[in-house]
Amino acid sequence: MDFNFSEEQQLLVDTVQRYVRDEYSFEARRDILKSPAGWSREKWQALAGLGLTALNVPEEHGGLGSGPVETMLVMNALGEGLVVEPFLPAAVMTPVLLTRIDDKAAAEQLLPDVASGERIVIVAHQEPQTRGEINHVATRAEKTSSGYVLDGVKNVILGGGAADELLVSARTAGRVGDTDGISIFRVDPKAAGVTVKDYGTIDGQRAADIELKKVAVPASSLVGAEGKAFAAIEAAHDQALSALCAEAVGIMKAVNATTLDYTKNRKQFGQPIARFQVLQHRMADMFLHSEQARSMSYLAAIRCVDSDAGERRRALSAAKAIVGQAGRFIAQQAVQLHGGMGMTEELMVSHYFKRLTAIDLTLGDADFHTQQFIAASNAA
Amino acid sequence: MDLNFTPAELAFRDEVRQFLRDQLPQDIAERVKNGLALRAQDYTRWQKILYQRGWGAPGWPKQFGGPGWGPVEMHIFDEEAAAAGAPRTIPFGLKMVAPVIMAFGSPAQQQRFLPGIISGDVWWCQGYSEPGAGSDLASLKTRAERQGDHYIVNGQKTWNTLGQYADWIFCLVRTDPNAPKQQQGISFLLIDMKTPGITVRPIITMDGAHEVNEVWFENVKVPVENRIGEENKGWTYAKFLLGHERTNIAGVGASKRELARLKNIARKETKNGRPLLEDPLFAARVAQVEMDLMALEITNLRALSAESEKRAPGPEASILKIKGTEIQQAISELMMYAVGPYALPFERASIEEGDLHSVAGPDYAAPLAANYCNVRKVTIYGGSNEIQRNIIAQMILGL
Repeated sequence: MDFNFSEEQQLLVDTVQRYVRDEYSFEARRDILKSPAGWSREKWQALAGLGLTALNVPEEHGGLGSGPVETMLVMNALGEGLVVEPFLPAAVMTPVLLTRIDDKAAAEQLLPDVASGERIVIVAHQEPQTRGEINHVATRAEKTSSGYVLDGVKNVILGGGAADELLVSARTAGRVGDTDGISIFRVDPKAAGVTVKDYGTIDGQRAADIELKKVAVPASSLVGAEGKAFAAIEAAHDQALSALCAEAVGIMKAVNATTLDYTKNRKQFGQPIARFQVLQHRMADMFLHSEQARSMSYLAAIRCVDSDAGERRRALSAAKAIVGQAGRFIAQQAVQLHGGMGMTEELMVSHYFKRLTAIDLTLGDADFHTQQFIAASNAA
Repeated sequence: MDLNFTPAELAFRDEVRQFLRDQLPQDIAERVKNGLALRAQDYTRWQKILYQRGWGAPGWPKQFGGPGWGPVEMHIFDEEAAAAGAPRTIPFGLKMVAPVIMAFGSPAQQQRFLPGIISGDVWWCQGYSEPGAGSDLASLKTRAERQGDHYIVNGQKTWNTLGQYADWIFCLVRTDPNAPKQQQGISFLLIDMKTPGITVRPIITMDGAHEVNEVWFENVKVPVENRIGEENKGWTYAKFLLGHERTNIAGVGASKRELARLKNIARKETKNGRPLLEDPLFAARVAQVEMDLMALEITNLRALSAESEKRAPGPEASILKIKGTEIQQAISELMMYAVGPYALPFERASIEEGDLHSVAGPDYAAPLAANYCNVRKVTIYGGSNEIQRNIIAQMILGL
């Protein structure tokens, strides 16, 4: 049992925090959001230059071979800056999936470019009926003489519009909810039959709905064994859940600090509003929530790679539920305590509010994960 | 960062489990696990067994007879002892007055008082709160006037827990009523409960229990040598004590045991022909408590770890107090609701007597409503949760 971070890990934190402070200011971020793409390739390359896109890539493929704890620390810092580049999908989910799926050729072809940030590869998995149930895959891949034909819809794929290449999950066998029979295919987003509808989300990030209509792909586009992709997809989601919790914890820290600061400066009735006990207790509760969320984020980072599936599920779902609830409480109270100013675009607090809201709605919300937690507890 | 136990820590856990299997009296464990009342002799019997094993005072330094455990060992011990159904530690001697005596008492006081605390031979109680001094403790009025080598104490203490069994009481008393600030005129006295002039009167709480008392002092003669530290510096020692009172207040181990009891009951109770634990709404409520408790366990370990590296318990303990007590209350509430109308039949004797039985309904239902009533105290005592939020606001948020 040890809660300390190594010198190397501390250095990583310092590096990302410094980058966010110096290069990702409120104004810089605002300009990125206003740009046509809504994200910045230049900033992406800067993150890659710091080695962050290489974190989850094994050393043999040009990465750093770090783990969920390093990812957690990076996400804390990226959260504070509300970085909008697709770090979670492209630098966490994709390398984890490609590392776990056991396909040497695909790993050798894709991972070095993922590590260097040169190619943005996005996992297109979620579907309209998924709602957190990652075994729900209705998209189908029919085998042909030369390969496969894909048909289906993927929705709200984070960073989908930025993708240079997609890793699409599709069913090669079985029924919609089966874990068996799911395969992963490499798909060019510009291929015939692929429609990528790119849009902004409420929190300033980007996502895409991706429609696949009779998309023909060669047999060589299959990644890993046919029908056996579920474990790798699950691993990618598990580590993404941990990363998302960490991002939220980073935001909570920042939003609590900015709220505290605001209430110390804002004067009403002839005194700083922070003198009022009703606000002090509210902020004490915000602090309590953030500490409990941080504890669960630690647990998620350790357990997201646990070989015991039951323990892994319980810890991750409990973490996502607690973090989701804490994020909602803190975000709502932060806006409330900022009064009218909390409603505006001009302060960071409303942007924190929106991102925390979005995080709860991503990869299964607090209610969904409470149910997952119950199911995993009953199975134990 | 690593949240897993090391092989050495796992070996220690096995050692603790073995000890509990061999040494924890089953009649006591049964009472604890079924939510029945413990008697004074149950607490004392267990303390003597712990003392024999060398584990009488887990938190004490080695020089005073502590086992020299680190925070992880303490956590493991608390968790295992609670799971096995060991009685909670009565804190007044071991966790409250002893640290004060160690930090501020004279060598003579240390030699005189500490051995009886760790061995379980001497029962201590607390004389802090007064009718007019609760959360605003520094406004206490119990007066101690110096007469030669004695103080003469007059006044009234209240919410004195289990003082009916106590041999000694530690008291905050006012020695200088004219001090410029309330906090500056207070002294810390150790008083023998057999001294003439002390009267203990029971206060019966809404669950029918006799846990707390009023203690009256009428011209009680206390030797000056029983004062801790300097005259009029008692508030410093009191604050130190309150810091120690909050360690382990998270009660993670006990809440885990209670959660397991809740789940067992909810598996036996049925709703629409199915176990209550499978009812979606009830299951979600139980899951919420369980997830909050998981988070608290890690928060507690983080606090213990920080404490072992740097300092005495800090304001972070307020987090543990608030969350720990909220969870205790939530579990007691769910347990009561789990049995529905059979929470209502009430017979105090069924809680006091050692065997679990109910005047009506399932036996396990007998203590649940009374326990729910009793546990309302936890957010009030030890610095109410509102006071804890003040502490967080002032000491952590800097307000």
